[in-house]
Amino acid sequence: MTEFSTAGYLTMDLLRFTTAGSVDDGKSTLIGRLLYDSKSIFEDQYEAIRATSEKRGEEYVNLALLTDGLRAEREQGITIDVAYRYFATPKRKFIIADTPGHIQYTRNMVTGASTANAAIILIDARKGLIEQTMRHTYIASLLRIPHVIVCVNKMDLVDFKEDVFEKIKNDYTAFANKLEISDVYFLPISALKGDNVVDPSKNMDWYKGNTLMYLLENIKIENDINHSDARFPVQYVIRPMSNEHHDYRGYAGRIAGGVFKKGDAVTVLPSGHTSKIKSIDLLDNSLEEAFAPMSVTLTLENEIDISRGDMIVKTDNQPIVTQDIEVMICWLADKQLQANGKYALKHTSKDVRCIVKDIQYKVNINTLEKIEDDKNINLNDIARISFKTTAPITIDKYSRNRNTGSIILIDEATNVTVGAGMII
Amino acid sequence: MKNHTLTHLKELESESIFVLREVAAQFEKPALLFSGGKDSIVCFHLARKAFAPSKFPFPLLHVDTGHNFEETITFRDELAKKYGAQLIVGSVQQSIDEGKAIEERGFSASRNVLQTVTLLETIEKYKLDACIGGARRDEEKARAKERFFSHRDEFVQWDPKNQRPELWNLFNGRKHVGEHFRVFPISNWTEMDVWQYILQENIEIPSIYFTHERECFLRDGVIYAHSHVIPLKPNEKVEKMQVRFRTIGDISCTGAVLSKATTLEEIVEEVASTRVTERGSRIDDKRSEAAMEDRKKAGYF
Repeated sequence: MTEFSTAGYLTMDLLRFTTAGSVDDGKSTLIGRLLYDSKSIFEDQYEAIRATSEKRGEEYVNLALLTDGLRAEREQGITIDVAYRYFATPKRKFIIADTPGHIQYTRNMVTGASTANAAIILIDARKGLIEQTMRHTYIASLLRIPHVIVCVNKMDLVDFKEDVFEKIKNDYTAFANKLEISDVYFLPISALKGDNVVDPSKNMDWYKGNTLMYLLENIKIENDINHSDARFPVQYVIRPMSNEHHDYRGYAGRIAGGVFKKGDAVTVLPSGHTSKIKSIDLLDNSLEEAFAPMSVTLTLENEIDISRGDMIVKTDNQPIVTQDIEVMICWLADKQLQANGKYALKHTSKDVRCIVKDIQYKVNINTLEKIEDDKNINLNDIARISFKTTAPITIDKYSRNRNTGSIILIDEATNVTVGAGMII
Repeated sequence: MKNHTLTHLKELESESIFVLREVAAQFEKPALLFSGGKDSIVCFHLARKAFAPSKFPFPLLHVDTGHNFEETITFRDELAKKYGAQLIVGSVQQSIDEGKAIEERGFSASRNVLQTVTLLETIEKYKLDACIGGARRDEEKARAKERFFSHRDEFVQWDPKNQRPELWNLFNGRKHVGEHFRVFPISNWTEMDVWQYILQENIEIPSIYFTHERECFLRDGVIYAHSHVIPLKPNEKVEKMQVRFRTIGDISCTGAVLSKATTLEEIVEEVASTRVTERGSRIDDKRSEAAMEDRKKAGYF
């Protein structure tokens, strides 16, 4: 096995990626391959899938079995829900959001995409671009996944031919140019045989690029987070009320963007009160500066009334405070969105209610066309909608900041999360 | 410009602290499920960080099977005392005595499944609306599908096919009367992350995680600690072995591993080179392919 440096953990960073594919394009095999070739599969796990493969009469050990979770999934040979998988190399730790290509497909992919740095999009080399490829790509673009890796899989079944790969690459580029995707990579692979996954392929001399694992380990993720607009949604107010910390009043939260330093002039929204950062605390440490996505506790120079749901920002760079928002919504529930309906809305640490003002259009996510004559918003639909909120919320555009630009909608009767929204 | 990237441990820590603070903000009576094992100890440490300088914010809830390692119980009591945390103990023995749980019989009898009965009783007795647990998604295939905020209906059931989608960092903890949540702040941590973090933060852990000499015996390839809890079969022989525990559960279902690790660094190294999952030494998971899924649906954490 690879030598795992026990000191390496002091410098490793974390990459979250999502995998999208359609039925039988080898997604589970690819994940199994990444886990297996990175030595993340333990002997007892391997033994279990080897036995199952044998029982089913399969010729080789089916690495796809590694990603089966629930009883129903094993029985039906499908994936039902987003599953999270983990592996690490000496350089990075990886979290895979493994999303199913079958039922409730959009809902699950949106969920997986919401926290991802990168998306792996699988294309079957024999089939080229299909409707699902367009959908996956659109969602990656909508959710602003910073990096997209297009894996043209099953190259072994097209004799590892360069022109097959080049054609798919060109077709894809033509389509993706219409979308907001900036950083795209293309790789010819065979997940089943292992070509260009962890080890360079011996069958494709014409390919001079990197392996998938190399890309995953080396993609620059520092700029995936907004480091320019300082945003601190207050999550919880810490008041110890003890003799030792009699007057301590700390604002606990996770920095949603930018950098805060001791002494920074800050404004609290929506009230507009101003102050200065007195300290940035985390247990016994006091920090000079903190940045997204750190969880810290801020104390301020002046005593002002601040509670959960307020946002502390730098005075010289302020977000918008508003009750009217325009949102791209992905509908997550079986029950339709109600025109003029009222929902609970969560935005950062703020809870408000909202009313649907206008359903502008639905998107046909296979063709990217706007549908303006059908205002029925059903499960897996994506639509542009205007809302009015009962109280002001402090927002940025989603394209600027995924934390301060996202919302979820909750059905107040069932308490179920029914919508995911990106503020335009 | 300065590098504004967090190490993986810092990012995981930040995520977990965020989740713990959401629990405090969204629920009225949360408790931290505390077994004395490394995962719950890490959760404890994270909760201290999340709310400092306030005192420890949640009561600790331990479901005591009565079959615990003595070292774990001592550790639990000392930790609670040191940080002034309230300790709630639910007793499986009491559930058995009251006829609410029925003891398993035979050589492989365990009180693991019975814990669910006691846990649910304790939740009801103290009117807890959220229980924080140290379960991780990498532990087991059913757990790979868990949410951070895991909703349980009034029958405390987990419905894996119908979970609330969890997007960005927006956690929906809304519930009806009688329902409650299980919350898993270290969902995204692996066994390796936990050990590296314990090393990085120099967190105290029970002595049985380090190598020690113990009377053990071998059954079905698993090294068991010899105790009154597990009756020996006629052919089984007790011998002294140099072992440590990779996970700590009930004596009857926790296997030991041969080890020479005396320091945290050595444990990290050992974990890095080991080729068997930690739950591979947990007999409770081996009962069937869906053992964990079934227990979780019934209310196990």
